[in-house]
Amino acid sequence: MIIYTLSFYLFSTVAVLSALMVISAKNPVHSVLFLILSFVNAAGLFVLLGAEFLAMILVVVYVGAVAVLFLFVVMMLDINFIKLREGFLQYLPFGALLGIVLIIELGFLFLTKSFSTMNLVEYSQFPELTSTENTKLLGSVLYTKYFFLFQLSGLILLVAMIGSITLTLRQRGKSKKQIISNQNNADPSHAVVKKKIKLGEGI
Amino acid sequence: MTSITIDHFLFLGAILFTIGVLGIFLNKKNVIIILMSIELILLSVNINFVAFSVYLGDLSGQIFAMFTLTVAAAEAAIGLAILVVFFRNLGSIEVQQINKLKG
Repeated sequence: MIIYTLSFYLFSTVAVLSALMVISAKNPVHSVLFLILSFVNAAGLFVLLGAEFLAMILVVVYVGAVAVLFLFVVMMLDINFIKLREGFLQYLPFGALLGIVLIIELGFLFLTKSFSTMNLVEYSQFPELTSTENTKLLGSVLYTKYFFLFQLSGLILLVAMIGSITLTLRQRGKSKKQIISNQNNADPSHAVVKKKIKLGEGI
Repeated sequence: MTSITIDHFLFLGAILFTIGVLGIFLNKKNVIIILMSIELILLSVNINFVAFSVYLGDLSGQIFAMFTLTVAAAEAAIGLAILVVFFRNLGSIEVQQINKLKG
């Protein structure tokens, strides 16, 4: 029990601190790396809650795909990041005010409607690894009750893939590539021209 | 030491959400940081979903968190693709310069 509490505080503290570093780091590469740290800690929190499958998916999808994509884009674009940070301190007072107001409002929301009358269900505190595992339970719901939504999310990913490919694909004008139809439609009568050239003159 | 209740997870979600909103607000010029802040917001929403799902003993929350993850991945891919095209055309990623459509 005490280990559960301690690990919750460890994971959540590191997650919050690295989230703060994401928005305040000078170098965007550091921002992406702190984003990865934040996601890994959130995955740890999901394990604590008993949602192991989602934790692993978070590591695979976010850390393995999305964060690496961010890293690629940050490193590929040649951007003057110092110039982009202008105005950070200018917006800081108003932004801090907004943040404080938002957190107080959300806190009041949770305090007035207290959910803490009951603890989390038991298996989150003492994970039973031998009984029905989380993955099996998720699969039994996902492929039956939410099957159409599952298919639809696949379609969303397909659309996103096609969209990003068409957006970033560009034709390079200088490349000389073979156009098969032009070659097939070439008229042999125009390929060779016979000319009579008078002696002592050029063409 | 008190045991961990759902309130702890909800407060963590609230803090992460606020940090995400703050990130959008403070880094007004850098689109990459704004996209990362959106990812942080979606992460906090996912934490809330999973916490409620475990608290209520209902798996729908975790399923919904998975769909959120899918949409977040698609959004990041499209957003970064638009960003790359924008940088190719204008040589900068400042938000203030994204006004060609005069919307």
